[in-house]
Amino acid sequence: MNQENPGNVIEIKNLRMYFPITRGLLRRRVGEIKAVDDVSFAIKKNETLGLVGESGCGKTTTGRCILRLYKPTAGEIRFNGTDISGMNENRLRLFRSNMGAIFQDPYGSLNPRQTARTIVGMPLIVHGMNDKRQQNNRVEELFKLVGLDASMMTRVPHEFSGGQRQRLGIARALACQPALIICDEPVSALDVSIQAQIINLLEELQEKLGLTYLFIAHDLSVVQHISNRVAVMYLGRIIEIANSRELYENPLHPYTKALLSAVPVPNPVIERKRTRTVLKGEVPSPAAPPPGCHFNPRCNLATPDCAESSPELRDTGNGHQVACFKVQA
Amino acid sequence: MLSVVADTVTNPSPKTSGPPRKGRFFKNIWFFIPAIVLTLLVLTAIFAPLLAPYDPIKVSMREKLLPPFFMEGGTTKHLLGTDKLGRDILSRAIFGARISLSVSLIVIAITASIGTVLGISAGYLGGRTEAFLMRVTDVSMAFPGLLLAMLLSVSIGPGFWTVILALSILGWAPYARLIRGEALRVRGSDFVAQARVNGASPMRIMLKHVFPNVLNPLIVVMTLAVGFIILAEAAMSYLGIGVPPPEPSWGSMVADGRSEIDRAWWISLFPGIAIGLVVLSGNFLGDWIRDKLDPRLRQV
Repeated sequence: MNQENPGNVIEIKNLRMYFPITRGLLRRRVGEIKAVDDVSFAIKKNETLGLVGESGCGKTTTGRCILRLYKPTAGEIRFNGTDISGMNENRLRLFRSNMGAIFQDPYGSLNPRQTARTIVGMPLIVHGMNDKRQQNNRVEELFKLVGLDASMMTRVPHEFSGGQRQRLGIARALACQPALIICDEPVSALDVSIQAQIINLLEELQEKLGLTYLFIAHDLSVVQHISNRVAVMYLGRIIEIANSRELYENPLHPYTKALLSAVPVPNPVIERKRTRTVLKGEVPSPAAPPPGCHFNPRCNLATPDCAESSPELRDTGNGHQVACFKVQA
Repeated sequence: MLSVVADTVTNPSPKTSGPPRKGRFFKNIWFFIPAIVLTLLVLTAIFAPLLAPYDPIKVSMREKLLPPFFMEGGTTKHLLGTDKLGRDILSRAIFGARISLSVSLIVIAITASIGTVLGISAGYLGGRTEAFLMRVTDVSMAFPGLLLAMLLSVSIGPGFWTVILALSILGWAPYARLIRGEALRVRGSDFVAQARVNGASPMRIMLKHVFPNVLNPLIVVMTLAVGFIILAEAAMSYLGIGVPPPEPSWGSMVADGRSEIDRAWWISLFPGIAIGLVVLSGNFLGDWIRDKLDPRLRQV
């Protein structure tokens, strides 16, 4: 009804998540950390949006706001047109069958005291599948889907390997056929060989089931591989968003350029020849971000007016948006 | 030769389906010994009237302060000797098991339940619930226990249930504190976040995710509490606010013997050994149960 673009599974508008900093016995509020500051994006059905950035830039917080593990300070999270940003817990609980999540730590996200069957079946029970046989069949089906053997259903998490644990997590995320799955660094805790298996599994499942992913990671090559579009975050803001290919071949924002130049090239001849942009300094504290464009103290293009006001995302054509004054459209 | 090989292949001997009996016994020795000791003690308590050679409260001044049978002057009529009123120590220890064991089991069940429910609620729900529950816990811990026990004893009269009430009111707070801390730890874990994403209600999360993951420390504290409660009951008996005198409990027997300790040590020693056995068995059994409940320590 109030949906603006019917193709979008999710639309984030001006999302803000500020965490208060309190001090002293009386928990006086002395400031706030702007973990997510005015972030907007949308994901179409069957699409994968990659979200990259350094640690502490707010990508995980963004994911957790969408999952409503946090109540955002401001902004809209429209899920198939329904705004869930301010929804109360009871209504939200029913709505949650629409989303799934896969977290970074495959062991930590499984209750060590439950069997694999219970873990994968729990969302089914919560969302009203009470028939034991039906549950069992669905769990078995999910096991098959993620490449686990049904005979493993009675095992407990510590009896699985890292990759198998992440497969279990994926099975659970799929249980209720969610419209959107938030993958928060789903492979960064795994071996490289296992990473490839999990990425391929996620892609396969997307094709088979028509899934939509928000893929959060810091590993640029992994994100490039799986994403249709990629958004780059820096200190709570999205500074560039473009088609995956476009972003990697033609990065516009100086921060994105620096990030990409940090990815090693497998060919040593090319690796030796290329010029690398190395960022100076550290990421500033999100409690006291630099004025104007957050990136200006580390930017090689910065001029004094970059510290005056902060650039908005603007379209440079072809859906490539960038937040920088120095980039010519 | 060949036929033997074929035989073992087609009919796997019972040995391959599990370790041999003897091996299993020794592997679980820390379960079997304490379990046997505790079972015997509980049976003793239940069948006390059949087992005790004498009436535990029968006074016989002619036979007072007899030493145990293996000492000079001891008789086999009173195997463990007699106290200063000539009551048979063995019979009193057998009957004493009834009060000591039932008080500690009932009190542990009550305090652990209250403490766990409040601790999980405080730790998981947080906010005002937590602030309120933890202040109540602080008050409970700051309250002078002896005074409360005396007040209760005066107002509703001393007795078995008064002891249980007093120890329960005083004993739940440490559980609540411990469990709250553990619940806080579990609340921050990824699997609880996952449960929330899946739409689990707070009640379900507390029951299915938080509770099973706070069991380990809970069981450890429960088993440690056995000894503490037996001793607390003894202290109350000593002050005259416990189970009233002629009725024996291990604690009151230890207390009784204190004045005679230099010439009649057996009055305190035997009930003391009984307390020690219960406490030790409880601790071993607690460790064993904890290991068994924890799937991470389960042997594959």
